[in-house]
Amino acid sequence: MRKYGVGKVILYTILILYAIITLIPFLWAVSSSFKSLEEIVKGTIDFWPKDFTLDNYKQIFIQQEHFPRWLFNSLFIAIVGTILNLLFNSMAGYALARLSFPGKKGLFIIILAVLMIPAQVTMIPNFLILKSLGWLNTYQGIIVPSMINATFIFMMRQFFLNFPKELEEAASLDGLTKLGTFFRIVLPLAKPALAAQAIFVFMGFWNDFMRPLIVMSDVEMFTLPLGLNTFKGQFISYWNYIMAASMVFTMPVLILYAFFNRYFVKGVTFTGEK
Amino acid sequence: MKKTRKKYTLYEIGQGYTFMLPAIFVLAVFIIAPILYAIFLSFHKVELLGGSSYDFRGIDNFVKLMEDERAKIALWNTIKYVVIVVPAQTLLALVLAATLNAGLKGEKFFRIVYFLPTLTSSAVLTLIFMWMYNQNGLINKLLGMIGLPGYNWIGDPDVALPAIMIMNIWSTAPFFMTIYLAALQDIPDTVYEAAKIDGANFWQKFWYVTVPQLKPVTSFVVIMGLIGTFQLFDQSYIFSKGSGGPNNSTLTVVLLVYQYAFKNLGTMGYAAAMALGLALVILLATLLQRKFSKEENLY
Repeated sequence: MRKYGVGKVILYTILILYAIITLIPFLWAVSSSFKSLEEIVKGTIDFWPKDFTLDNYKQIFIQQEHFPRWLFNSLFIAIVGTILNLLFNSMAGYALARLSFPGKKGLFIIILAVLMIPAQVTMIPNFLILKSLGWLNTYQGIIVPSMINATFIFMMRQFFLNFPKELEEAASLDGLTKLGTFFRIVLPLAKPALAAQAIFVFMGFWNDFMRPLIVMSDVEMFTLPLGLNTFKGQFISYWNYIMAASMVFTMPVLILYAFFNRYFVKGVTFTGEK
Repeated sequence: MKKTRKKYTLYEIGQGYTFMLPAIFVLAVFIIAPILYAIFLSFHKVELLGGSSYDFRGIDNFVKLMEDERAKIALWNTIKYVVIVVPAQTLLALVLAATLNAGLKGEKFFRIVYFLPTLTSSAVLTLIFMWMYNQNGLINKLLGMIGLPGYNWIGDPDVALPAIMIMNIWSTAPFFMTIYLAALQDIPDTVYEAAKIDGANFWQKFWYVTVPQLKPVTSFVVIMGLIGTFQLFDQSYIFSKGSGGPNNSTLTVVLLVYQYAFKNLGTMGYAAAMALGLALVILLATLLQRKFSKEENLY
């Protein structure tokens, strides 16, 4: 065993200190969500609630009648949006990697260029387009414009470029069409890439604030981030409710992370690849 | 395959476009058409009452942009924010990644903990920080415990923007840390061994081996950081209830675009012009960064 050097002590100090800095806000939020209003008002700094209560969690569903609906809206948009993205991004990525057709190169260049356009430029025209389609305040108003993602089309193309060709050739000898080969052979083998993509697309929909803010004006159609924001306006000093609602909102992503931890890191490095 | 003029069969064409159809549809309707539409809007005054009417105004919107006091404040706030947050989060991400990569025990645990802010939505993070930032809140209490004065973080124009900066450096650094970590693991051990033979200590190895090896990744992290920070919206919207206050101190360009587009009547064309201006600023910043990092590579 090597001796513990000064260097190691410094490194551990940095790691532990930063872990504390990262954890404090979350621990504080969790603990506040289990505190009674009196304890909140007193403003003491106890990370362990004096009288531990689940009331806040029960109350948010009663006090704010729309809360279950917001939860549903968020889940619905995120799940449907993710499934469509997985399907369409993979199809486009596959076509760009494996099929030959006129205009392929041009399309690829357009997709790369689109990666660089900030969302604010398209935000206002998109609002007007959705308005004339009658899609404001609808699920499709959020889902359809985001049902493909240039970053992940690019990622899937790279993935399929490195994909062994032999399997597809064998499938076509067996008489499968390209579409059949894609759905029966290629997609099942692309699971790791799809998992990383699914997580990031889901989080993108789940956490999105700006698009729902613009598209949804009816309180029934709000997603959780919007709901939470108005919730804060109504219950300005009820931080126990606000924190409980925030925790309900954060839970699904944490569960997803617990199950698919390794794909998260893969996804970050995928998007980080240049 | 020879590169003569390729002939496609009808079947191949049909196949290719079947696979591309959803992507082409969204690209055309929700990305390319809107870009052209945005350019069109920026030269018009748009009225949305009843139907929509467009009134051609030439470059009026762009001229107005030059004279708008709030636009200047928003741009100045945004630039301050970018100039402080991008270097801070990049440096922090690099230090954390290098520390995590030193082969210490418990690395996995720290990784999971550090990743938490990346998973959490900006809306929730902003609410948690507003709860901690309130006058009687955790942060002021902790500052008090070590004998420092507290601040009115949300209500004082001098500290509201720094409060958002602190929160965002804290929440984005771990994401970039993960990118750095992946890159660090690709640096060959032989480079470090060579440095060790030359008698380099930990800091020398970090500064003369690790940092130069990571240059392409740093460039990528900085560009992503620039694009992200220039678009600051959610946090300042929630922080200031959409107003950009107190006293315009958290007003960002995107928040102002939002206000002109959706809160004021008859200024949608002006908002489109402002959004195009922002896109241009972001483009210039990334081009400058690229040029800058390429010149550095010369020696």
